[in-house]
Amino acid sequence: MLRISRADWQSIIDHSLVEAEKPAEACGLLAGELGDMDVRAVYPCANTAPPERQDMIYELDSLDYLKADRDARQKGWEIIGVYHSHTHTQAYPSPTDVAQAPDPSWHYIVASVQHPAPVVRSFTIVDGEVAEEPLVLERPATQ
Amino acid sequence: MPVEVRLPTVLRQHAAGQSSVKANGSTIGEVFEDLVRQFPLLANQVITEDGALHKFVNVYRNDDDVRFLDKLATPVADDDVITILPAVAGG
Repeated sequence: MLRISRADWQSIIDHSLVEAEKPAEACGLLAGELGDMDVRAVYPCANTAPPERQDMIYELDSLDYLKADRDARQKGWEIIGVYHSHTHTQAYPSPTDVAQAPDPSWHYIVASVQHPAPVVRSFTIVDGEVAEEPLVLERPATQ
Repeated sequence: MPVEVRLPTVLRQHAAGQSSVKANGSTIGEVFEDLVRQFPLLANQVITEDGALHKFVNVYRNDDDVRFLDKLATPVADDDVITILPAVAGG
């Protein structure tokens, strides 16, 4: 299970919709306490894939990652996952997402904006195995 | 003087669970050699057997990607912070 505040959930959708206009995939990082199930912060990042391919793939800007990592560490958090959007397909990790998943401990949120109503789902990817986890909308009790 | 090396969650299992460690060296390459001396399980996680940076990691010296500096020969000074980040990409 992964809990996320309504504001962070909405920010993922808004970022995905803005990028879909290009059209491009949006991407960003999720921060929280290690082993915890709460997303404490969402960091939108730039997609540095070649522009002509950004509607099909994303490459998360490593300098944006560095800044997000630095900010999260200062707040006692860690980068615990990544979100990205699919402009033309469903909210499910693609074979490329599975093959390139960087960390088995991470949460992988996929937002599909292929239809007027966006769909946001969360997954774990361990040894090439995709498992959906419930994405629960709420504000962490400590905030 | 040792420098701070910040590790992403995926590498911490190879470094006794630590999120940042201290390592000695006057270049990025030397720092990584010292890192592997301390934590042998980190061997081949950042540097390939051919002695180059793995393409699926990014290494920063403070705010600079060392690929755009001198790669492993990039000099390191006291108080520098080295950050290792996994490349994050998908489709």
